[in-house]
Parts: sequence; C-alpha cells; structure tokens
Amino acid sequence: MTQDYRPEELLIATVAAMLDGLNHVAVGASSPIPGSAALLSRARPGGIRHVSMLGSVEHNPFTNGGVELFDCAAEGRIDAFFLGGGQIDGEANINLVGIGDYPELKVRFPGSFGSAYLYFLVPRVILFREEHTARVMVPKVDFISAPGTSDAAVDRPGGPYAMVTGRCVFDFDRDRKRFALRSVHPGHTAAEIRENTGFDYDEPGSVPETPAPDAATLALIRGRVADEVAETYPAFAERVWGRQRAA
Amino acid sequence: MPDQFTDVENLAAQIGDGAKVALAPDYSGCAMAVVRSLVARGVRGLHLVGVPSVGLQGDLLIGAGCVSVLETAAVTMDEFGPAPRFTAAVKAGTLKVIDGTCPAIHAGLQAAEKGIPYMPVRGIVGSDLLAHRDDWTIGDNPFDAESGPLVLVKAIRPDFALFHAPLADRYGNVWVGVRREMMTMAHAAGAALVTYEESYDGNLLTDPALAAGTIPGLYISALAEAKQGAWPVGLYGRYPADAAHMAEYVEMAKTEEGFAAYLDRFVSRSAAAE
Repeated sequence: MTQDYRPEELLIATVAAMLDGLNHVAVGASSPIPGSAALLSRARPGGIRHVSMLGSVEHNPFTNGGVELFDCAAEGRIDAFFLGGGQIDGEANINLVGIGDYPELKVRFPGSFGSAYLYFLVPRVILFREEHTARVMVPKVDFISAPGTSDAAVDRPGGPYAMVTGRCVFDFDRDRKRFALRSVHPGHTAAEIRENTGFDYDEPGSVPETPAPDAATLALIRGRVADEVAETYPAFAERVWGRQRAA
Repeated sequence: MPDQFTDVENLAAQIGDGAKVALAPDYSGCAMAVVRSLVARGVRGLHLVGVPSVGLQGDLLIGAGCVSVLETAAVTMDEFGPAPRFTAAVKAGTLKVIDGTCPAIHAGLQAAEKGIPYMPVRGIVGSDLLAHRDDWTIGDNPFDAESGPLVLVKAIRPDFALFHAPLADRYGNVWVGVRREMMTMAHAAGAALVTYEESYDGNLLTDPALAAGTIPGLYISALAEAKQGAWPVGLYGRYPADAAHMAEYVEMAKTEEGFAAYLDRFVSRSAAAE
C-alpha cells in the first residue's frame, strides 16, 4: 500500500492518541506538531477536553498572563505537556541550552523555557523531537536544562512519559531510567533506529509498526485541525497543507 | 493630560547606558519602535530581562551591540527560526547570558512587586541552570522539612519595564487585556515605559469590561503613541507578525554584513523617527 499521508500527519495522529481521555494539555513554544495533535484530540469524541496553546488567542484560555500556565501546572491541572531538546539522552535528560562546556558553547540553542519546572510537575510529559539522529539522541547531554528523573527526596509528581521522533515512539520507564522502543514508523526499521540513537534502550523481539492515521483522522487533521493551528503556526500550515496566510 | 505623555524618541531617551530593562516576548507586547530608537541612538551596556523570553527585540539590540547581559528563559523568533545575532554573540563570547526558566523569572518579578527578597519555586532541582545562578539557592520548607528542597529565586527589580500595549487613555491608564505579565513587569520595575497602538476615548478604568485588564496610570512613567508600534512583530489580538519582513530579517541577520545592511535600511535615524 502506498503511503497516502504526510509524515507530519502520522506524528500528529500518534501524539494525539497519547492525549485522548485526558482533561487538559498545554502546548509551549515552537510546537506546531504537538499543537496540532492537541487540537486533533480535542476535535474528536473521547478526546482531550481543554487545550492551552502558547501564542494563540483562540486556543488559549489563560487570562492571568504568562504565569498562569505554571500556576496551573503546580495545581495539578495540566495533564500533559511537550518538551524537546537540542540533545536528549538515554535517561531523558534534556538540553535546550547548547553544545559545549557551558558557558563557552560551540552551538547555542534557544534556552530552557519552562522545562526546568514543567518536567517536574506535569504527569505526562511527551518528549517530541522530529530529528532523530545520533547528534540529538546522545549518550549524555552537555547541559541538563531539566533532568529526566529525580531521587525520591525531590517533590516531583511529573516527568517523561514517552518520546515521539521522526522515526519511532519510545516509552520511558522512570524507575529504570530507560527508554524502550514501542513502535517504528512505517518506512523505518529497528536497525536504523539503533544506528541513529546514541544511547542504549530496550527493544522487544518484534517491534510493532506505528499505526497509520485512518481516513477519518486524516480528514479531521486536514480540515479543522489545519484551520485551527494556522492561527498560531501559519508557516507550518502553509508548508504542510498549503494553507494561505491571512492577509 | 498627565505629563507622562511624550513621543517615542523622548521615551527611549529615558533608558540610559547600563539600564536593566524588562522586555516582553514576541507573542506579547513588543515596543519595537522604541527598540529601533535605542539602536539608532547607540545605547550600550543594557541588561535585558526576558519576561520570560525575548524575540526580535532582543536579537536586534544584541546585534547592534547594545546589550552586555541577557537574563532570559529563551531567545526565540518562533516560526522564523533561531535568533541569528543572539546565536552569533554567544559563539563570539561577547554576550553574558544568565540562563533561567520561565516560572523563575515570573516569580522573581512577583517577589519584586510584593517587596519581598525572594520567592520559592518548585522544580529546577537537578537542573544545571542552578549551578550557574548566584541569585538562586536551595532552601527547605520551614513548615515541613520533609517535603523536599525548594529553589529560592531572588527578586528581579528591573529599572524599566518596556512594552507596547493595544490601548491607552488620556489618564495614562494602559490596557493589556490577558497579557498580564506586562502588568507584573510594570509593578516590579522602577519605571514602566509604554507605547500604545491606539488612544481610548474615555476612561479605561470606568468600563468594567476593560478595567480588569488595565494597568492604572499610577504605575506608568511615560507613554507614547506608536501606530504599528510592534511591527514587524505582531500585536496580540490586533495584527499578525509581518511574516515576509521577519523572514527577511532572519535571513539578513545571518551575517554581520547583512545585519548592518538591515540596520541601514530599517533602523536609520529617519526610520527610527517615523
């Protein structure tokens, strides 16, 4: 069967499946695919009820400024959030600051944003990074913006739940501090993932394929989701679905 | 009319070399007209505080050599890509970055607005950010030492809060709507300098629909009207970013020469005065 969906649409559908049934997902900066996934989940029966998307006017209910996202998380009112990283290691430590010996960096990333807080407080943090290469998935991050796990003395109701990349889905086991390969996206192989991942992880004997989005899901993504996400991410909507920008 | 009304040039003139200036991110209220005026004037040694991050405002000021210290959770131009002059300055070692995280910046400003020396913040323990901050420390909960360590963030008191708002009235009241981090900035700073898109004909504080999103004039030191004052950044609820211009900036600012050409075209004295 030929693939009749775009790679971004597979990722949107895959992430959305991790949100269905929850109450509230927040979406941070520079997150068009997680944002689309949140909007997709909200658009279908049994999907997530509330979406708070940074940078949006229409899809962001907060009325108390930038601080409300963090207060809301501290109150336990945010069930899922997304984080990425210029580097991510096998213990789910993430680096959003740069490569090199801080503060003397060879490569500078944008910065830690709210990661050093939300990673601790949101129960289901989904790591999302499209680029799945050995330079991103490293044995040990150069700088820990936010640690994947903490010892028992630290107040930490939240943490990493899974990681979605351009090639596959990993689950994360917080007690064992270790990723396990859950599924491989169509067109990719377990061997290719091993080759492009700088850290060790568990792998089942037979690795399932990530389910492709069905026709109804694709219709929803290309209709309502594309319309809604274009408000916050017009360049993304234009690139993926050919949406024209508002004048 | 209160005497805090002025024009963009005179408002910018209040920010001297070495000032600590709190700025809003690109999704909030960016006082780009003032930033261009500061660049044209050649201000030096600024300590910028991103509330909680900065975008084009920060990149432009850094590229023009106006900034010594950048305290922020991130620098991002959102969909337009990495901030080119910020990235170059870090690589060249010409910018001191105080890396933070969004809630700690909000908490530091909240401590300042309450007049208390610090604020506890959850999370952060185990982040490498902590090791590089002499204004953050770890403490215990005095009511329950078993509840785990807490990070204590020193109050952040900027000299100036600088932002662009959709509305101001003749009494010097400024409407920011739900973008209340600008209200916190105004409370915490020594002086709030505000440009506004449009004059509101009436008193923002007597309209119950608008009053809750209004910063009373008593917090505002200077105001200047600036039509399209956030351009080329967008202004929430008013206009989107000028995508073509933002893309052009990011492209031109990839090199020092390109950035200089950008300044010549868009930030010359005459452009800043428009």
